[in-house]
Amino acid sequence: MKTVKALTGNDAVSYAMKQINPDVVAAYPITPQTSIVEKFSDYVANGEVDTEMILVESEHSAMSACVGSSAAGARTMTATSSQGLALMWEVVYIAAGLRLPIVMPIVNRALSAPINIHCDHSDVMGIRDSGWIHLFCENAQETYENTIQAIRIAEHPDVQLPVSVNLDGFIISHEVANVEIYDDKPVKDFVGAFRPRVSALNLRSPVTVGPLDLQDYYFEHRRQVADAMVKSLNVIKEINAEFNKKFGRLYKVIEGYRLEDADACIVGLGSTMGTLKDLVDNARKAGKKIGFLKITVFRPFPKEDIVSALKGLKAIAVLDRADSVNAMGGPLFGDIRCALYGASSAPVINYIYGLGGRELTEQDINKIIDDTLAAARTGKTVPEPAYIGVRE
Amino acid sequence: MNSDLKRPKGWKELPAGAVLPAGTAVEYHTGSWRTFKPVWIEKKCIHCLQCWIICPDFSVLVKDQKFDRFDYDHCKGCGLCAYICPVKGKAIVMEKEVKE
Repeated sequence: MKTVKALTGNDAVSYAMKQINPDVVAAYPITPQTSIVEKFSDYVANGEVDTEMILVESEHSAMSACVGSSAAGARTMTATSSQGLALMWEVVYIAAGLRLPIVMPIVNRALSAPINIHCDHSDVMGIRDSGWIHLFCENAQETYENTIQAIRIAEHPDVQLPVSVNLDGFIISHEVANVEIYDDKPVKDFVGAFRPRVSALNLRSPVTVGPLDLQDYYFEHRRQVADAMVKSLNVIKEINAEFNKKFGRLYKVIEGYRLEDADACIVGLGSTMGTLKDLVDNARKAGKKIGFLKITVFRPFPKEDIVSALKGLKAIAVLDRADSVNAMGGPLFGDIRCALYGASSAPVINYIYGLGGRELTEQDINKIIDDTLAAARTGKTVPEPAYIGVRE
Repeated sequence: MNSDLKRPKGWKELPAGAVLPAGTAVEYHTGSWRTFKPVWIEKKCIHCLQCWIICPDFSVLVKDQKFDRFDYDHCKGCGLCAYICPVKGKAIVMEKEVKE
């Protein structure tokens, strides 16, 4: 049932898309996403999928074509990065507001200027509040499996929201790893058939999609988006459980590592959490009681799960691979500290790292571990946000 | 329209994503936007129906291939009908809208 293949993260996403066999993919190339759509277009050209591939002239058009296609009742996907996502921005909000279950892998890359093609999370943080669900992957295996699960999450009747699947540019997207691939049939059975809530092309039952919605109704429709986001958390947990049972996995909205007896914890997103597994193990061998918490589901924000995982800890470090440039701290830091309000008075330290692909070194992480454990002992925090890995 | 339909729906009652049945613009009385209203002068009208062709809001109503009346519920008062009217002295004139 499982085959191990040597795949890049992008190839793993393309393979998931091949098994999903969406009705429509509309996309535009952009580094480091390009190889997802490039590989997928091979599948289209070879007749391995039935997908209608729309090659558009920009990302604004890519997301516009996705909105049209999804509203017409087609299972629709795209993929992008960085400036491409920035160009899509207004249509990204429309996809959520119209409740269209589009799935979009985002290969995370810094935003200009200065121009940079390497990893950070500035791109997806720009659509943080758009009404999309945001999943973060630690490695190529997770990109494959989160893409498959994203389809089910987006299309669930209680959700009907678009989903982004985030993978760190180059670090996950271009690194070759062993990925366990499932046979087509169980994946197709899991994904199931698309039952669109709306079809703008059904002449027997014509509908209006995207009408003018002023002071009298706009607020009600946005309130529905907020409600769907709340409900999506339990749906994601159910779909994770179903996936885990079928494929023998351990997907959860958050993943704690060695937190049971920890004094302090590091919270973060993406590939960095894989690196932390090794370095936390090393620190443990040296008697340092540190653990970490990986956030897989960033939107909806799994507040209660996070609070119960972090409650007893004496200090918490939050790693942000994006800067909110707000003179206060990064986006994940703000969320974590807000979630902990009233539940924990432990110091929360914010580290902003890795902008534009800057490596977070072993020394950097060991310093974070030592400083966080020191904060756990003294109750004192470092000035925030702390920029780590930048030259003074 | 009964009173239940007039009551604005709450977010739990509305279809998700602002997907509506087709043709709901009929229920939206854009005539209230009007500053000037077109007035038809029957004795001058030659029923060429150029006003019907040019009206962007389907607000010139025709009966038996003749001008019948304006749909003041939806006419926004753009004045194109009066502009296009070929009759000397105009069979359609724009007058200041008097709100009731």
